[in-house]
Formats: sequence, C-alpha cells, structure tokens
Amino acid sequence: MSEEVVFDTQGIVKKFMFVNRKAPYGTIYALEILESVLISAAFEQDTSVAFLDDGVFQIKKGSDTKDSGMKNFTNTYRALAGYDVEKLYVEKESLEARGLTPEDLIVKVQVLPAAELGKLMAEQDVLITG
Amino acid sequence: MMHTVNKSPFERNALDSCLRLAEKGSAILLLEDGVYAALKGTAQSAKVEAALKSHEIYALGPDLKARGLEEARLIAGIKVVDYGGFVDLAVEKGTVNSWL
Amino acid sequence: MKFGILVNEGPFNHQASDSAYQFAKAAVAKGHQVMRVFFYYDGVNNANKLSEPQSDDRNIVKLWGELGKAHKIDLVVCVAAGLRRGIKEQVLAEGFRISGLGQLSEVGIAADRMLTFGD
Repeated sequence: MSEEVVFDTQGIVKKFMFVNRKAPYGTIYALEILESVLISAAFEQDTSVAFLDDGVFQIKKGSDTKDSGMKNFTNTYRALAGYDVEKLYVEKESLEARGLTPEDLIVKVQVLPAAELGKLMAEQDVLITG
Repeated sequence: MMHTVNKSPFERNALDSCLRLAEKGSAILLLEDGVYAALKGTAQSAKVEAALKSHEIYALGPDLKARGLEEARLIAGIKVVDYGGFVDLAVEKGTVNSWL
Repeated sequence: MKFGILVNEGPFNHQASDSAYQFAKAAVAKGHQVMRVFFYYDGVNNANKLSEPQSDDRNIVKLWGELGKAHKIDLVVCVAAGLRRGIKEQVLAEGFRISGLGQLSEVGIAADRMLTFGD
C-alpha cells in the first residue's frame, strides 16, 4: 500500500447513518456495507444503521446459503452489538409491506414509521448509502 | 438536508422512498436517470407535482440534455441546475442523502 | 467547503463515476476542496489501468487520476473490495492508492459534506 493520507479527526463525533435499502445476496451491497459499518465502529462515532425498502430483508432470520454457494453473512449482523453499533432502525412501512414483523428479524431493532425515520435521517451529519 | 435521486421512477422505487421520508422543506435533486421524474404528463408526474408543494425540486441540466429532455417538457416549478449548481446545493442545504 | 465522495460503481457500466467526477470537478472549480474520493464495491474498477475505452470516448480512469493529481484529491481504492475484484497494485492506475475501509469513515468525519454516487 502506498503512503497514507491522514486527516485530523481528533475529538470530532459525528452522527453517521448507514442506509440499507437493498435485499441481501442478489447484490453485494448488503455485505460490503456491513463490513464498512464494522470498521467504522473503531472511529467511535454516533453510528446508526437504517433498514428500509428491501434492506429489511437483510436481517431476516433463517438464512441458509449452503445450496446457493454464497457466503453467508446474515449472522454477522449479530456482531454489531459487540461493536457498540446498537442503533438499528427499521422502517415500519417497509417491514409491513413485505409481510414481516420484528419477530422475523435476527437482531433487535427499533421499528419507526417513515416520518420518524425521515426526521432521524435529517439529523445526521453523514449518510452512507449502500 | 438535500436528497438526490438518480434512478428513473419507472424503474425503481428510489423516488417513492425519498418522497416518503424526505422532510418538508428539504431539497431534492434529480440526476442521471432520475431526471425522468421531472417530466410533465407522465404516470409519475402527479406525485412530483404534489411534492413540489413542500419541497424544492431540482433537475440536473446536463442529464436532461443527454436524454433529449427539453426544459419545456418539465413540470412547472422544477429548477434546472448544472454541476456547479449541484455543488452549491450541497453547500447550502447540508447533509446529502442519496437515494440509489 | 471540504467534500468527501464515495463512488460505488465502476466506470462505464453506470453513470455514477461520471457524475461523481463532474461533481468533483465543479467543486474544485468553485474553490472547494475535495479531500478524498473513496472507491468501494465495483467502484474499485475506476482504478484499473488496463481500462481501454474507445478512442472517441472519455477515459474515466485517466480523468480521475488527472483530477486527483491537479487538485490533490486522495483517490483511495478499498483493499478488500479491490481484492475481490482483482484490483491490486499491479493494475493500479496512476493517482490512486489502495487502503482500508477506515479511510471512508475518516473522510466522513473530516469533511463538511459526504456524497454517495452509486446505482
């Protein structure tokens, strides 16, 4: 790797939200954004993850990828709490439109109606969309 | 806050989701294939016209031009900006939320 | 103002890289600073020096390298995403460097605005 370029981030705490709108496995976005959430934990920012639209499927229980040959990363969402990323939000409308309930999910989440999630998004300093 | 929508509303639900979550008073920039949402007289126009009542909506000029969409075809009230205007919006409006 | 940019898609397949490039170019023309462009997912392909577009078309890889050099923009390719897609030092175009995911978080913290360009 070539020479690092380092920015001064000392003492800055920003509100970071990772926005997940895509289903898992059909594309790599879910997996790679999860990797970036885990790495971001080291920076001790005010981090949250929002699941909306097909993103809610990312945290559905019962994933078995054996026959598909895909790498199973669904269980990795359980690691988030261990990395102090505990603010996980799911949009109520997206969940219901897909016939899911919080009991279907692999992690504990806060279910918020669109208006409240929208308000939360508006409070963020950084939004990273996968 | 500003939102960007870069996919066609006929292809993806990015615009719908953006409109569902974008707070009143926030700015929305349509770019790339998202500019098709700026056209009047389509099956998507009514929702965009309604959104104009509570949001500023912009369309990226170079992307309209690339797709042969004349400004006369756009919903009244949508403002056309170039990349410089896009930069200005990002500066003025705060955090950018990209709806892909 | 200081900008950070995340590019999620590779050259040509999606307009994302072009849009990000045009935004970055306009930002520096207005006197702003683009601190870092982080290339993630298929975005890492923007750093492939083997890209050979048609002669009458824009060379996106070169354009990024030149913009980065002219305006001191740190063009970073994610190492993990790069490895998956075969973007390693031996194919890395001029002006880019390979580094870790932490660089994305870092610019998110240091910049005034972060933008994502993707599909």
